[in-house]
Amino acid sequence: MNVVWFLCLSAVLFCIGGAGVLIRRNPLVVLLCLELMLNAGNLALVAFSRMHGNGDGQIFALVVMVVAACEVVVGLGVIVGMYRNRIAEDVDAMSELRG
Amino acid sequence: MVLRDIVFFLAAIGALAGALGVVMLRNPFYSVLSLVGHLLSLAILFLLLSSEFLAAAQLVVYAGAVMVLYVFVVAYIGGADEPLGPAVPAVGAFGPLVAAALCGELFFAFIGSGLEALDSRGAHVSPGFGSPGQIGSLLLRNFLIPFEAASFLLLVAAVGALVLARRRRGIDDEEGGARVDTIGHARAHGSEPAPAEPVAPGVER
Repeated sequence: MNVVWFLCLSAVLFCIGGAGVLIRRNPLVVLLCLELMLNAGNLALVAFSRMHGNGDGQIFALVVMVVAACEVVVGLGVIVGMYRNRIAEDVDAMSELRG
Repeated sequence: MVLRDIVFFLAAIGALAGALGVVMLRNPFYSVLSLVGHLLSLAILFLLLSSEFLAAAQLVVYAGAVMVLYVFVVAYIGGADEPLGPAVPAVGAFGPLVAAALCGELFFAFIGSGLEALDSRGAHVSPGFGSPGQIGSLLLRNFLIPFEAASFLLLVAAVGALVLARRRRGIDDEEGGARVDTIGHARAHGSEPAPAEPVAPGVER
């Protein structure tokens, strides 16, 4: 397959994830959609790495995975904290940042 | 060569279906499972791009560890069905519209760019391309500082998660009695029963 196919697939996946972030209200699903967007970026990075025959893009993709894992850990911690403090699981209802 | 194309299209369909499932399914638990399928398809695509180590890391780290974390949290907070779509209907139409516009723009950028290499199968690579040996040598020779920064970031995230998940003793004991009732009322509309709180009213500790 040509590289452009992978890039177009990653563009579609990124936009599906972006639409999910915009329309879903459950913060957990919003985090899942962020994962979709990060993975679409990873796919594009790996495709470009293959196009150049250079491994640097794969290192970048690995770093993106690390950052995604950190984001998941902190995001899920925040969601569990919201649940404990009886804050509604609705991103539209979260309009003020208070502890 | 034909086999590669068939595998690509199968994996692409799997990835697209998984992504659509994450966005469209109402129950967060099914969304998580759908994302696992999406990640498995992406690992196959990484293999097609001859990056074996990244495919393995995708399977082990993402589809394994991170998704287990999601499943635990969904099980903890109770994945009740939620109504799809935002409270304001105009925003619901706006989101897919923005996504479609972005998608068209990205297609325009990819297909309309003058890069001839995009329309090829990629540069010629040596057989060891994307193997753990090559990635390890790149990490430790060329990218040592980003590698160390990533490990430090993981440490900071772990400490941050501990701080967030810590039970604040004073607050919990004070509010323990009132809190169980309120959660029971708040959760009454969902399918899940009220969660067991560690400090229940009337229980001597």
